[in-house]
Amino acid sequence: MTATPRKPSRRATNGRSPEVNDDESSRWNLRLYVAGQTPRSITAFKNLKDICEEYLKGQYHIEVIDLMENPTLARGDQILAIPTLVRKLPQPIRKIIGDLSNTERVLVGLDIQPR
Amino acid sequence: MTTNSRRPRSKPTALQKERTGIPGFDEITRGGVPKGRPTLICGSAGAGKTLFATEFLVRGATQFNEPGVFISFEESDEELATNVASLNFDLKELIAEKKLVIDYVFIERSEIEETGEYDLEGLFLRLDHAVNSIGAQRIVLDTLEALFSSLPNEAIIRAELRRLFRWLKEKELTAVITCERGNGTLTRYGIEEYVADCVILLDNRVENQISTRRMRIVKYRGTSHGTNEYPFFIDEKGFSVLPITSLGLTHSAPTERISSGIERLDTMLSGKGFYRGSSILVSGTAGTGKSTLAAHFVEAACSRGDRAQFFAFEESQDQIIRNMRSVGIDLDKFVRKGSLKFHNARPSAFGLEVHLAMIHKTITEFNPNVVVIDPITNFLAVGDAVETKAMLTRLIDFLKLNQITAMFTSLTSAQSEVEASEVGVSSLMDAWLLVKNIESNGERNRGLYVLKARGIAHSNQVREFILTDHGIELIDAYIGSDGVLMGSARATQLAREQAAELDRQLATAHKERELRRKQELYETQLVALRGQYESERDAILTELDEEKKKLEGVAAQRREMARLRKADNSDYGKVQIDENGAKKARKGTLR
Repeated sequence: MTATPRKPSRRATNGRSPEVNDDESSRWNLRLYVAGQTPRSITAFKNLKDICEEYLKGQYHIEVIDLMENPTLARGDQILAIPTLVRKLPQPIRKIIGDLSNTERVLVGLDIQPR
Repeated sequence: MTTNSRRPRSKPTALQKERTGIPGFDEITRGGVPKGRPTLICGSAGAGKTLFATEFLVRGATQFNEPGVFISFEESDEELATNVASLNFDLKELIAEKKLVIDYVFIERSEIEETGEYDLEGLFLRLDHAVNSIGAQRIVLDTLEALFSSLPNEAIIRAELRRLFRWLKEKELTAVITCERGNGTLTRYGIEEYVADCVILLDNRVENQISTRRMRIVKYRGTSHGTNEYPFFIDEKGFSVLPITSLGLTHSAPTERISSGIERLDTMLSGKGFYRGSSILVSGTAGTGKSTLAAHFVEAACSRGDRAQFFAFEESQDQIIRNMRSVGIDLDKFVRKGSLKFHNARPSAFGLEVHLAMIHKTITEFNPNVVVIDPITNFLAVGDAVETKAMLTRLIDFLKLNQITAMFTSLTSAQSEVEASEVGVSSLMDAWLLVKNIESNGERNRGLYVLKARGIAHSNQVREFILTDHGIELIDAYIGSDGVLMGSARATQLAREQAAELDRQLATAHKERELRRKQELYETQLVALRGQYESERDAILTELDEEKKKLEGVAAQRREMARLRKADNSDYGKVQIDENGAKKARKGTLR
């Protein structure tokens, strides 16, 4: 959990990361919606994990929601497609659908600037 | 994963249908939408798709106790509830009663990034959850095509749609799916290819600045259905489709007769009036009293306890009541009693179909025995003759089917041939009264003919028709050597005839008196003559008597003489005396 050189570029915080004093791990609040342990959801989780480890190490928190178990939760985040990754934080909410196999697009979707 | 175990599938032979409860729709589809299958409702913006879908669910929940799920891709729960609140649909109450679930599915395309493979399992789970939560039997997907605009990958959507429809069928949900109409196609994204069972097209057309909503069943697999375009409208009670084209001439014909409200007119119709359930056309030029005839008819109906519905396309209710009061017909009394209802509308307010729909609906709600439409000719302002005739045909069919006696008034223009100008509907009518202004001697008089009355021996003569302060009176028109006379000419002619009649009566009486006098005269003369005769006869008889006596005296003298002369005993002298009454016996032979 080192301070990452990657800057989570929120255009608002132009004056970059050092003043991140609250809990680092909650800066990136990500929620992955899946439906059961399908190969696709497993792939998605793996891809997400990889990307986060590479770009957001120590600053992220992933919550996996299985809609098979909690179908009512689909309504809150307006989930249609599975898998869907929702960036709850930082604001604004962004949604990324698919198995996250296209890293570049995931980065665009999460608004993370690749190195 | 469903907990809602449904009845087993029906035999493959008969397609089961699910009633929607929408007035008219179940009739044209002969039972409703296919049960347990999807139905596609397509139409352009504002055609009424969402309303149809909502009503399908609300009526299902309230009338058939079938819970339903509304998956809305366009409007939020709140918006939906507000939109239909004006139609007296209380969605929130239904939701509270667990008869309805609304799930607002919304995706902002701009917040979506697509990375790799996905499916719409999330949507399926939501549907499944909503359906299971209340044991729904009906489902609405409004507007499904929104998926295409919110998700980038059309191939995935199409694959998922196919899965969706399969899923709906597996669940045996009776589904209504709405779709926006495309340019030249039924739906913009070709959804119809997935829905093979039933496709319904809603349309809103504007002609002559009058918009008319129409519905057509494009396809309904495995069942017969009406193929026409059916008008429908949306009012404060929701959606109404009008299956007005009746499917056959199968209405029964009652034999009961009802009064026209005018005694003499009933007399013209073999004394008993019209048949119940017949349609009566009253045609005539302006100001001939057609509406008054109709008012009489309504008054008679309400007086005998029937319910009457007056459709007025020219005058307001108050105006009609006031005008009819001036001829002694009190309609207000029946309005207050609730047995008479007015429906007033400007013909140009709606298209023909909507008028028909309104009439249809009003009748269905009020259930009258007698209907007046005054006048039908005003419909020509909103449609051409062919359309108007078609509309009236359907209206008459509908009325007959319900055994409603209907009176239609029709304005004929003064110049045209009366019998040719009746919107071409006279052949549809069972009875036809013609009120005609007959102009002569500088005055107009009304004449009434019964041109036709099917099944009724009717008078073929014209009657003079007078509006008095106690209603219409029919008077025998003068038909004589001078033709038909009416009004003052008739009065003059009648007076003339009466005078002549009087003269003749006087002359006869005079002759009779003369005869009597003569009789008396001769009888007196007879008595006098008899008296004279008797007196003369007496005199003669007396004379004769004396003569006889004299003769006897003479004979006695002679015999005495003979005896004295000692004559022989001959009768010679005696005969002579007998013959002549003679005074002297002659000598000689007489015999």
